[in-house]
Amino acid sequence: MTATATTITAPVTKSGRVRPLDGLRQTFTMAWRSLVAVKHNPLELVDYSITPIMFVFLFTYVLGGQMAGSPEAYLKYALPGIIVQNTLFMTMYTAMALNTDLTKGVFDRLRSLPIARSAPLIGRITADLAKHVWAMLLMIGLGLLLGFRITGGLDGLLLGMLLVVVFAAAVSWSAVLIGMLAGDAEKVQAFAFTIIFPITFTSSAFVMVDTMPGWLQAWSDVNPVTHLSDAFRGLLLGGPVAEPVLWSLVWAAGIAVVFYPVAMRAYRAKT
Amino acid sequence: MTYAIEAEGLVKRFKETEALAGVDLGARKGSVLGLLGPNGAGKTTAVRIFATLLRPDGGRAQVAGHDVVREAGVVRAMVGLTGQYAAVDENLTGTENLLLIGRLLGLSRRDARARARELLERFQLTDAAGRAVKTFSGGMRRRLDLAASLVGRPSILFLDEPTTGLDPHSRGELWDLLRGLVADGATALLTTQYLNEADVLADDIVVIDKGRVIAEGTPDQLKSQVGGQVLELRPVLGQDLARAHVLVAGAAGPEARIEGETITAPVKDPELMPAVVRTLDREGIAVGELALRRSSLDEVFLALTGHRAEPGDPEGNGGAAVRDEDADADAELRKAVMRP
Repeated sequence: MTATATTITAPVTKSGRVRPLDGLRQTFTMAWRSLVAVKHNPLELVDYSITPIMFVFLFTYVLGGQMAGSPEAYLKYALPGIIVQNTLFMTMYTAMALNTDLTKGVFDRLRSLPIARSAPLIGRITADLAKHVWAMLLMIGLGLLLGFRITGGLDGLLLGMLLVVVFAAAVSWSAVLIGMLAGDAEKVQAFAFTIIFPITFTSSAFVMVDTMPGWLQAWSDVNPVTHLSDAFRGLLLGGPVAEPVLWSLVWAAGIAVVFYPVAMRAYRAKT
Repeated sequence: MTYAIEAEGLVKRFKETEALAGVDLGARKGSVLGLLGPNGAGKTTAVRIFATLLRPDGGRAQVAGHDVVREAGVVRAMVGLTGQYAAVDENLTGTENLLLIGRLLGLSRRDARARARELLERFQLTDAAGRAVKTFSGGMRRRLDLAASLVGRPSILFLDEPTTGLDPHSRGELWDLLRGLVADGATALLTTQYLNEADVLADDIVVIDKGRVIAEGTPDQLKSQVGGQVLELRPVLGQDLARAHVLVAGAAGPEARIEGETITAPVKDPELMPAVVRTLDREGIAVGELALRRSSLDEVFLALTGHRAEPGDPEGNGGAAVRDEDADADAELRKAVMRP
């Protein structure tokens, strides 16, 4: 039997495969969807804009004086760490959004369409990385207003942001896995909080580690957040960065290698 | 006979349970096939296999002659799926949801916009088009979901319990829309737990229970298959009910049931009615109402499966009140839908 009277408007070849270029376009369409949703969801704007601003203010003015003698002096040390922590927290929004799509049946609808299987996933991650950059720029801008100075030059700033985004992209794969496995979005949040909170606070993100007890220092020295914070700080302020940058990339690669295949398998199984 | 939607010996297992245990079904081109069954019967599993969301463990499923596993991409290009819950993005507007699907299907920005406008109008959502979907009512969401499944002008539709959880008014609206679609030449597979929904919308019905087809035919065939007629009888005095039931069961067999204040029994023998009248008269039981009517699909279902089709209550325990309420609402609906 031939498929007469069926109107195939969709971009598939005769064999039903999606062409790579169409897959890319579909990925961008999915990214558009994630970004345009912010417009109608003020809460997301809070997540991506208000929370980062609040972090910078709180750390600077509440903790700053005690930590480093003056808010400005502490800001100089802590701003890169605050940005790193905020970025890591934000990767969990990827998990929550994917989880919501999964539980609300949006993935069923998407999968019944003749589009690239990976488009909804990569589109989401791409859009969320753009949101990371937005929050980063917001925090750096605010930091500049409050007295932070980028002494590492423009290339330091760009390389630093690129490094954090690359790291966030790697961590996103763990977020994908969590989003696929969690029962609902609240569980994602609870899980993320109990993992990311201790990891970021036991690093050099907010304090110099030399006042920590020895056992904690030992952990802190290998903690990926320490490496990433040190690298970002070094790139923004100027200074030796080769070692922390290298370790950050090693960690990012390690996280991606471990989580990418598992996350992809979970995604394929669930959607 | 060629079918637009066809399954042969479809099997799907989830761990220990066999969701589908060899299902055969076929929907003629341009017709609506109602897939009827209680919760857990395997309806959704079947739809998900046809919509390429699940791979069958055995048998085969075809859509317009294309195998859903080997030619999944082709199948996806010609089907529309509306699921049990409205699979639309709550944080997008009605227009944006439809734009998203249109762009994913390869429409240009302008064509996607035109198609979105057209569908919003048809589904009476134009006024709400610019609002985020989270502000929509349940009925509006379902309409938008149905609209989303139509963006690519699919010739074959899978509607998985499209009206579950809707109030009677919204359900009636959706029914009208579905009829319009089928009148335009689409083929649809409709799953439902509402027997009257299948009765009103479907050309053919396949009844499944525990993953197996237990009956098939047109709604009328199914109704006449099971006795055809039902005797309905209400004693004047409520206290006579139990005794009357025993007497009716003696004449009609163990299928006689008490429903509220009424006794119903399938009529297999034309002599039943006079026999019952004589017996009750002899025993001195005054009869308030006595009627012969066609069996409803509900009774067909009961006769076939041994349990009632009650939404949300697959075992049929304690759901009588819900069912009655539903039946009332459905009766009203039917009137509403039937009006010219």
